[in-house]
Order: sequence, then C-alpha cells, then structure tokens
Amino acid sequence: MDWLTSLLENPGITTALPDAIIETLIMMVIASAATIVIGIPLGVVLFLTAPGGLTPVRWISAILSGLIVNITRSIPYAILMLALIPFTQWIVGTGIGPYAACVSLTIGTVPFFARLVETALRDIPSGKIDAALVMGSSRFQVVRKVLLPEAMPGIMAGITTMVVIVIGYSAMAGIVGGGGLGRLAYNYGFQRFDSQVMIVTIVIIVIIVQAVQATGDWLTRRVDHR
Amino acid sequence: MITITDLRKVYRQGSREVVALDGVSLSVAKGHIHGIIGHSGAGKSTLVRCLTLLDRPTSGSVSVDGRELAGVSDRELLSARRKIGMVFQHANLFDSRTTAENVAYPLELLGTKRSKIKDKVSNLLDLVGLTQFANAYPSQLSGGQKQRVGIARALATDPDVLLCDEPTSALDPKTTDEILELIKDVRDRLEITVLIITHEMGVVKKACNSVSLLEAGKIVEHGPISEVVADIDGRLSHALLPLPGEMPQDLPPGTIMDLLYSGADAVHPVISTLARQFDIDVNVLAGSVEDLGGAQFAHLRIHLPVGVDIDAVTAHLTASGIAVSVKEA
Ligand SMILES: Nc1ncnc2c1ncn2[C@@H]1O[C@H](COP(=O)(O)OP(=O)(O)OP(=O)(O)O)[C@@H](O)[C@H]1O
Ligand SMILES: [Mg+2]
Repeated sequence: MDWLTSLLENPGITTALPDAIIETLIMMVIASAATIVIGIPLGVVLFLTAPGGLTPVRWISAILSGLIVNITRSIPYAILMLALIPFTQWIVGTGIGPYAACVSLTIGTVPFFARLVETALRDIPSGKIDAALVMGSSRFQVVRKVLLPEAMPGIMAGITTMVVIVIGYSAMAGIVGGGGLGRLAYNYGFQRFDSQVMIVTIVIIVIIVQAVQATGDWLTRRVDHR
Repeated sequence: MITITDLRKVYRQGSREVVALDGVSLSVAKGHIHGIIGHSGAGKSTLVRCLTLLDRPTSGSVSVDGRELAGVSDRELLSARRKIGMVFQHANLFDSRTTAENVAYPLELLGTKRSKIKDKVSNLLDLVGLTQFANAYPSQLSGGQKQRVGIARALATDPDVLLCDEPTSALDPKTTDEILELIKDVRDRLEITVLIITHEMGVVKKACNSVSLLEAGKIVEHGPISEVVADIDGRLSHALLPLPGEMPQDLPPGTIMDLLYSGADAVHPVISTLARQFDIDVNVLAGSVEDLGGAQFAHLRIHLPVGVDIDAVTAHLTASGIAVSVKEA
C-alpha cells in the first residue's frame, strides 16, 4: 500500500509520465507513418529495378540498393542519430524534442523497412505477374492492383516489426533530446535512482509494444487470404 | 484463328546462343483445339511466352484473326494481348481477390462499368459452374476449381484464342477430364480457337482435333489426329496408339510386322483374310484399338512364319488400305 501511495505522489509519475507517453506516441506515429510513406515506394523501386525485375535498371538498383540502403543499414542507430543532429536542425529548426527525433528515426528505419517490402514483393510467385501482364496490365497496374495487394500480408507484418523497432529507437533518441519514455527512464530512473519510475516506464513500454504487435498480427491475418 | 509463321527465338547466355524456337510455323482454324506436345526443353514454354509476347520473338510473326501481334509497339501491346486469353498450369489466381474479383480483373483494366462487370462475371462463373463460389478466396478452392476460375478469367475479355499452358499437369486424372470437358464445352459455345501446350498424350487424345510434335525448337510432325495416327512410322502415332508389352524374345523364326488401319477397315477380319489368302498361320503378338480423332483405329503386331512372301503380303495389305511396317525378319 505504501509503495502505491508513494507512486501516486511521485512527481515523476504524476507530472512527467503523461507527457512522456504522449511524446513517445508522437515519435512512434510520425516516424512510422513517414517510414511507410517513403519505405513502400522505395521497396517497390528496389524490387522493380533489381536485375531480373519487371523493369531492371542497373544504375538505379546499384545506387539505391548498394549505396543508400546497405550503407545506412549498417550504421548503428545510436551513431546515426548523433550524426544527423545538424541535418535535423536544418530541417526541423531544432535538434531537440519528439518532432526533431522523428527525422533520425525515419532515416534509421526506412532502409530496413524498404528491404522488408522488397522481400514481401519477391515472395509473390512470378506466374502471377505473368498472368497480370498477359491480361494486358500496364506496369503501373501490375504494381498497384497485383503486387501491393498480393504482398499485403508480408508488408503488414513488416510494418508491425518496423513500428516495434521505432519504439525501441525512440527510447534511444529520447535520451539525447527526443523526450518520451526513454528520457523519463534516464532522468528519473537512472540519474535519480528512482526505481518506481523505471519500473512503471518499462511496464508501459511493454504494454505499448504488445499492443502494437497484437494489432499488427490481427491486421496481418485480416489481409492474408493465402 | 491463329497463325504462327517461322517463329524464331534465340536466347543469349553470355557469348553462347540458345536457339529455343527454330522456325515454328503453325495454323489453327477457328473453333479447333490444337495440341502442342513436346519433351522437357523442347521449347513449349518459350512458344507460350512468344505468343503472349512476354518475350519478344527474335523473328517471325504471330497473328490472331489476321491481326499481327509480334512487332507491335509497347503501347499497342496491352490491347493486343487481350486477343489471347491464357490459362496457366498453376492457375496463377490472385490470392488477395475473391473468385468474382479475379474474373473481374481483366475487365477492371479496360475500365468497364461496375454493373457491366457484375453481369459479365456472373455469366462467366455460370459458364464454368462456380456461381456458388463467387465470394470464396482461391485458398478455399480445390485445384480443379481454381483452374475453372482461371478459365473464366481468361475468357473475360472475349479473346479469339485461348492459350492453355499445361492446364491439367497439376491435376488428378478425374479433374483433368473435367477441365478438358470444360475447355471443349467453352470452344463449342464461344467458337473460340484453343491451343493446349502439354506433355501428356492423354490430353491430346481426349481434347484435341489436331496436334504438333515440338522437338528441339522445331515442329517435326503435325496434322489432324486421324492423319498423324495413320502414319504408322510416325512418333505421334506410336505415342497415341501404343502397343502394350515388350517385343517378345523367344519367338520361332519368321517375320514381325505392325499393321495399322482405321474406320471401316477396323471391322474387317484382317487376320483371318490374310491367313486364308496365303494359307499361313498368323500369330497376333499385341494389339490395341482406340477411338482417336473421331475414327476407330487398330494397331496390331503380328508374326508370320518362315517362307511367307513378305512383299506379297505387304502389297495385299496395302491394297486394302492397311498401313504396314516390317519390324524384323
Ligand atoms: N530465359 C532463357 N535464357 C536462356 N535460355 C533459355 C531461356 N528460357 C529457355 N531457354 C532455353 O530454351 C530451351 C527451351 O526451353 P523451354 O523452357 O521453352 O522448354 P519446355 O519445352 O517448356 O520444357 P519444360 O517441359 O521442361 O517446361 C531450353 O534449352 C532452355 O534452356
Ligand atoms: Mg515449360
């Protein structure tokens, strides 16, 4: 009872926690949405321009796949977010706060999400693409009416994985100025040895991640008619 | 009606050239079902890819109802392809679409009105007998049902030619028969020209009016079923009307010969006439009788004792319209 009472009187919980949750959700929603908006077209282009793809273009494939995706993907996020601070300041006007953090979160997750999209597209049997072409589909129609709907279960599973990773990265971004639950855990739990805040933060992050995973799994099952 | 003239396709693999089609010419009349049979690597898939222009032929022409398909521009290609409806070995239905939505796909591409699509789709599902499965997804259908949806989808744009690439190779014998019956039924109702690519002679026997044998990129035998069967030394004839069993080993000395005859001749008492005429014992080693291409054919292997005048026997049989092939003396 004592622990609960002090919990409800702890300013780390009563005043800082609600803001931190909102900041984390802001980072999660904006960065995920931006990743989807950029990552799906990028994944489609990676798939189309790859050797043996629907419209193989050597140089586009080499630049996108080799340089951008593979190189960005091999930089650890902790380093990437620090390296991107000047760029973020230039884009958002500030390097601090949940909105600024979205820049590095998006850049950090787009490459691997685009790869997940590309993999989901590759899993479609080539006979279906042939069928679409033989019926007189243009390349654009093949992408919009066949490839994306057929790959939707894989893409949905990819989105779920990506959002969970964004939540993880957002905690890291929070420590260097992004705010959110990562910052809360660092300020209160680590620097002030407030184990109550630490435990509550962990519980809330676990709940958010599980909710995302469950929703994602449910949506994946909904779109999967295979 | 589909006409293929001197179609060639050469694939380049580095510095090596693979001639997959080496001057294929073929003409199938409207309302006919033509089979193209060949072993693995003969060029069947290449032929299909060239007909649908998924691969551009190296040279030669493909025309459907007088309209040239090979060599059209990329823009015209989309509408040119609608002249040919295609059925695949594994149906290749879209898993994200229901049966009705799959059949509607080619109509959506044309920008057809919703109400018209609905009517057309329900007619097509009726034609293939799947009305009650309109809202089922492909994963809920059997292999035969999927193939029916594939056929309905191929017919949606009212093509002149139905091109079937190994349509029954993934199906069991009973379902194979059902699908072949459906293809024949569709041909009768829509007067469509059908091309069936297959490696199964049974498919040719059951469904085709005429057949081509494709080998190493060339058509080596072709013609109406009744004509190719009648060619006693032909490979298609041997495959269409094979003799059961092996060549017997320990026979008394003499001559073995194969006889092949058809139609009215098939009811003639060939063997007893021969025995009486030449006063010999005729030993039947093997035989098979089948209805092929609308006529009854008999294929016999007989053994004649030593001392028979083979030339005279051959002349006598040939005169009665029986094809003869002397195997060994
Ligand atoms: N894309 C390609 N590049 C190079 N060679 C090819 C290509 N496609 C086919 N070939 C060659 O063309 C020849 C004919 O192949 P094809 O696939 O048409 O045979 P098939 O009759 O369909 O055989 P199967 O019954 O095994 O499917 C083969 O020698 C094959 O190696
Ligand atoms: Mg093949």
